Amino acid sequence: MRYEAPTTIDDAVRLLTDGSGDRRILAGGTDLLVRMRSDMADPDVIVDIKGIEGFRDITREDGGWRVGAAVSGAEMGEHEALVAAWPGVVEATNLIGSTQVQGRATMAGNLCNASPAADSVPAMVAAGAVARVVGPDGTRDIPVEDIPTGPGRLSLTQGDIIASIFLPDPGAGSSSDAYLRFIPRTEMDIAVVGVGVALTLDDSGTCVAARVGLGAVAPTVLVVEEAANALIGTKVDDAALDAVAAACSAAANPIDDKRGTVEFRVEVSGVLARRAAAIAKTRAGGAA
Amino acid sequence: MSKVHVSTTINGDPVEYLCEADETLLDVLRDRIGLTGSKEGCGTGDCGACSVTVGGRLVCSCLMLGAEAEGQEVETIEGMADGENLHPLQQKFIDHAALQCGICTPGLLVAAKSLLENNPDPTEEEARYWLAGNLCRCTGYDKIIRAVMDAAQEMRGAS
Repeated sequence: MRYEAPTTIDDAVRLLTDGSGDRRILAGGTDLLVRMRSDMADPDVIVDIKGIEGFRDITREDGGWRVGAAVSGAEMGEHEALVAAWPGVVEATNLIGSTQVQGRATMAGNLCNASPAADSVPAMVAAGAVARVVGPDGTRDIPVEDIPTGPGRLSLTQGDIIASIFLPDPGAGSSSDAYLRFIPRTEMDIAVVGVGVALTLDDSGTCVAARVGLGAVAPTVLVVEEAANALIGTKVDDAALDAVAAACSAAANPIDDKRGTVEFRVEVSGVLARRAAAIAKTRAGGAA
Repeated sequence: MSKVHVSTTINGDPVEYLCEADETLLDVLRDRIGLTGSKEGCGTGDCGACSVTVGGRLVCSCLMLGAEAEGQEVETIEGMADGENLHPLQQKFIDHAALQCGICTPGLLVAAKSLLENNPDPTEEEARYWLAGNLCRCTGYDKIIRAVMDAAQEMRGAS
C-alpha cells in the first residue's frame, strides 16, 4: 500500500484515478481504518485529503456556511457561529462515536460511508445541504440526499472528492434546526431512527419553510415532503406536530433487525419527528 | 512496499521513524518507538485504550495511520508524569483504586487529562459523556469518575 498526502485537489483527483488498484480517500479515517482492520478493505493507495488547502476550514460565504471535507466533528462543535446557525447539524454530527472519534470524524465522511443510519445525514438533508464534488469531470454541486444511493453505495465515481459541504442560509424569517435519534444506550450507538427538522418562522410565528430528513428507516435517508408541508403555513401547533408525526411514520419503510423492529421504527419515526420539530420551533424563537 | 518516513514530535521530543503505509500510529508507538503504555483493546476505535492526543486533540491511535503523524505533536501516557512526580489524575486513580487489571487505565488517564484541559470544572455527567469512549470491564466506572472529579477539584485549587 502507498500513502499519499497531496496539497492540491487536482493532485488528489489524479492520485485517485491514475492507474489501477483500489484507491481510497482518507479524511478522519474512522470508517476506513476500521474496514482495513476487519479485512473489508485492502487499498493499494490511500489519498489523505487533510492537507489540501481549505479542507480543514469552516468559512462564511455569501449565502451560507461552507464546511471543509476534513473538518472534524469536534471542530464543528467548537465553532460558535456555526453552532448558532445550524445547531441541529452540529448536534447530529457530534453524536457520531466517542470524544476520540469526534476528534477525527467528518461530516463528508459520514455521508460517504453511506450508512442509512448516519447521524449527520438527516440533519444535513433537512438543512438543504449541498456537497461540492470535484472530480475528473470538473466541479459540481450535488444535494446531499442525492449522494448515497443505498447502503454503502454512492452516486459518485472514482476520482470524485467531496471538497466541502455547503449549508445555505435560510430565507427571510427566524430559522433553526434540530436532530434527534433513538438508541437503546445513552451514547456511542447507531441510530435506530434519526430525524432532522429545519424550519423558518415569519414575524407572526407562522412556518414559512421547512425540510424534514428521516434516517435509518429506508435504504437511504428520506426527504419527507409531506412532513414539511404539514408544518408550512401553521404555527407549528399540536395539530401540525401530529401531522408531522403521521407523515414521518407513513414515510418510514424500515427493515427488522437486531436494533429495532419495523413496528417500533415506524412509531418512533413519528415520535422523534414531532419532538425535533418542536425543538426547532423553540430554537427559532417560536412560542412554546 | 516502500516505507514512509515521518518526522514528528512525541511527548515534546522530536522523533523520526519509518513505517509501513498501512501501519497505525498505535503500532508505531508500541512496536517502533517502544512506547507500550498505549494499549490495543479492540483496534477499531471502540474501547479507547489506545487514546493519545495529536495536536492537542484526543484521538484513538488505532484509527490513525503512523504516516499521518508527520509534523504533528503527539502526546501519550508516557508524557503524563513529570519524572517521578505523578500527574494529579494518576495519583487520584491510585487513591481511589480506580483500576484493577489496568489495560484501560492509560487511555482513561489521557482522555481524562484532555477533558480537564478543555473543561477544568466538569459536571459528573460531562465527565461521563467525555469518557464514554473509554471502556473499562473491571471497575464499573464509579471509582474512575470519583478519581477524575477529585483530581479536577485539586487541580482547580492548585491553579
